[in-house]
Amino acid sequence: MDFLNAFVALANFVIIPATAYGAQLALGALGVTLIYGILRFSNFAHGDTMAFGAMITILVTWGLQGMGVSLGPFPTALLALPVGIAATAAYVLATDRLVYRFYRRQKAKPIIFLIASMGVMFITNGVVRFIIGVDDQRFADGERFIISAGTFRDLTGLEEGLAFRATQGLTIVAAIIAVALLFWFLNRTRTGKSMRAFSDNEDLALLSGINPERVVVITWLIVAALATLAGVLYGLDKSFKPFTYFQLLLPIFASAIVGGLGNPLGAILGGFLIAFSEVGVTYAFRKVATYLGPEGWEPSGLLQLLSTDYKFAVSFGILLIVLLFRPTGIMKGKAL
Amino acid sequence: MISRGPIFFALVALLFIGTGVLQSWDLALRLLNMGMISGIMALGVNMQWGYAGLFNVGVMGFVALGGLAAVLVSMPPVPEAWAAGGPRILFGLLIGAATIAAAIALWTVLPRSRLRGLAIVVVLVGGYAIYRVVILPAVASVESVNPSVSGYLGGLGLPILLAWPVGGALAAGAAWIIGKTALGLRSDYLAIATLGISEIVIAILKNEDWMSRGVKNVTGLPRPVPYEIDLQNADWFRDLADRIGVDVVTFSSIFVKLCYFGLFVAVTIILIALTQMALNSPWGRMMRAIRDNETAAEAMGKDVTRRHLQVFILGSAVLGLAGAMMTTLDGLLSPTNYVPLRFTFLVWVMVIVGGSGNNWGAILGGFLIYWCWEQVAPIGGWLMENVVTAGMAEDSPLRAHLLDSVAHMRLLTMGLILLLVLRFSPRGLLPER
Repeated sequence: MDFLNAFVALANFVIIPATAYGAQLALGALGVTLIYGILRFSNFAHGDTMAFGAMITILVTWGLQGMGVSLGPFPTALLALPVGIAATAAYVLATDRLVYRFYRRQKAKPIIFLIASMGVMFITNGVVRFIIGVDDQRFADGERFIISAGTFRDLTGLEEGLAFRATQGLTIVAAIIAVALLFWFLNRTRTGKSMRAFSDNEDLALLSGINPERVVVITWLIVAALATLAGVLYGLDKSFKPFTYFQLLLPIFASAIVGGLGNPLGAILGGFLIAFSEVGVTYAFRKVATYLGPEGWEPSGLLQLLSTDYKFAVSFGILLIVLLFRPTGIMKGKAL
Repeated sequence: MISRGPIFFALVALLFIGTGVLQSWDLALRLLNMGMISGIMALGVNMQWGYAGLFNVGVMGFVALGGLAAVLVSMPPVPEAWAAGGPRILFGLLIGAATIAAAIALWTVLPRSRLRGLAIVVVLVGGYAIYRVVILPAVASVESVNPSVSGYLGGLGLPILLAWPVGGALAAGAAWIIGKTALGLRSDYLAIATLGISEIVIAILKNEDWMSRGVKNVTGLPRPVPYEIDLQNADWFRDLADRIGVDVVTFSSIFVKLCYFGLFVAVTIILIALTQMALNSPWGRMMRAIRDNETAAEAMGKDVTRRHLQVFILGSAVLGLAGAMMTTLDGLLSPTNYVPLRFTFLVWVMVIVGGSGNNWGAILGGFLIYWCWEQVAPIGGWLMENVVTAGMAEDSPLRAHLLDSVAHMRLLTMGLILLLVLRFSPRGLLPER
């Protein structure tokens, strides 16, 4: 029995990666849930919006790296992030003007918005592939580890190493800051309150003189910032590949629905729930079990519930369970 | 209004004839065959969306299930693999199915309590553990049987035409599971659920090597039509080619494609006849009534969720059928070829452009959009080379990048077409009457 080593192994392979992944999913799900709350449709272009923001950030990062600018231990991408957010904001506002506003005026059904968002998804996907291509792009620089496995072993004298990558730390810190800012904005500022009012009851909000177009513009701005941040953090942590971002759509939507569509707190909860289940179910627990079992004993199998190729099945399974038993999500979301 | 259909079909026919004259007849026929299959896929989606307003974004999954059916039905069985662990795999699958059935039975039989939840969890976890213990060694031994050529159980060795209805049935089964959970809830939920199932179906095809050979692909599926090489060696065929005055090799390839075309036309005619009949029957009127006003239809005593489930299963079965047809035409099952943009979202563009709710529109959209999808890259490439980059230096990096990226033009174009049609002609080319 070796609890300490078992825990370190678990932290190294499950807790830390899942927390970082959960933060990324939560940021993505927040964007989806905000659009759903204010504009009342499921935005299928969200994954590709994330890819767009990340792409602009990568291009600016490369430019900065080329000029020899760096942030020391931090990735240069942080410097490029504001540019990425600004460009994405301009892009989503343009799509709103050109595409969604027309249907808003028509008071079209949500499903029409969804189809329109499919068109936007196609175009965004095409633009991203056109500019940066379909291949993997790496743009992380700066310090690689906060604690590397070797350092940790030397420090603690434990058998098991614990690596805490800088990108994981950055993801968690950035997500906390972004979420804190968002909630401060939604709960404390006048504009944020008007957004919540609009989301809760559109007619009452209009009656009390809230300008709907302004609310929509601000929503898109926030969504652009969240999507770009999520895209860049995911790209730094793993790598940037346009198709992966499209595939993120499923876990992101699952997070938002599981948490309760339209409920920001739920989106965060959902993000972590999906991330922890995905990593936990696909992790081979053999090492942990070996430490926990009696001396010299080793389990015969890998103790892996599902192979990593089926990680989508995990978010899907959770989604199905929630839809079956609690269709409004864990934290009550908007209507059924 | 009535004459609109034939005109559009004639225009699309001109596109294909133009391809034949300007490029090659072989290519034109290839596009025609795939266009026909795409039309059938669009027909399936149109049944779900046009008749009932159900939003299915898992087209790819149902199509892939059809492809799997083609392999499972038509490929010859691999006796060594069956000897190595076939029965054991089947037994494992049986245990898996029994576990799920037991869990559902517990759910319905036991009264609502904490005990029920616990019992179900115990059954599921225990069943899954037994399933894994039974199936894993068998899978490993099956996959190690001559992995470079087989490494899977093979199929039943039956004629591949049988696979078409089987593909439909497989897809219908998957649709039943999805429909049971996600129908009756918000329409967006069905969208996400179907998106999920399609990704999972592809993941299964890629990873369950014992069933589908995974990413190693299954090639050389038996054909329902003659092989080119046999035709080229047949006297009557050489004679025929001489009389017409064409090269035997080209003619054989065209002849084979024409055979496929005949089969596909037959299927399309049957489907169109059935769907038109259904649409004009009381059942079709009821479906449209439900789509246009669910509350009113419910007040009239219609079981909306049940009807939705029905049409969702029927539409998915058509998708599965189309998938089996496509795999038959390709002669191979390659899971990596299934990408959502091509198989899910492109079909949606076909339905929207063709005219949702109109069966002929779906077929038209299938032909037109598939033609565009295949031809945008060459046309775009030509434009890029001769117009956009004409003034640039031969070795300019921008020019090289632009020329390299031409392949992605098609996504942009399709998105643009979708948005333009949705905005300016939301009822599509052939509106619902």
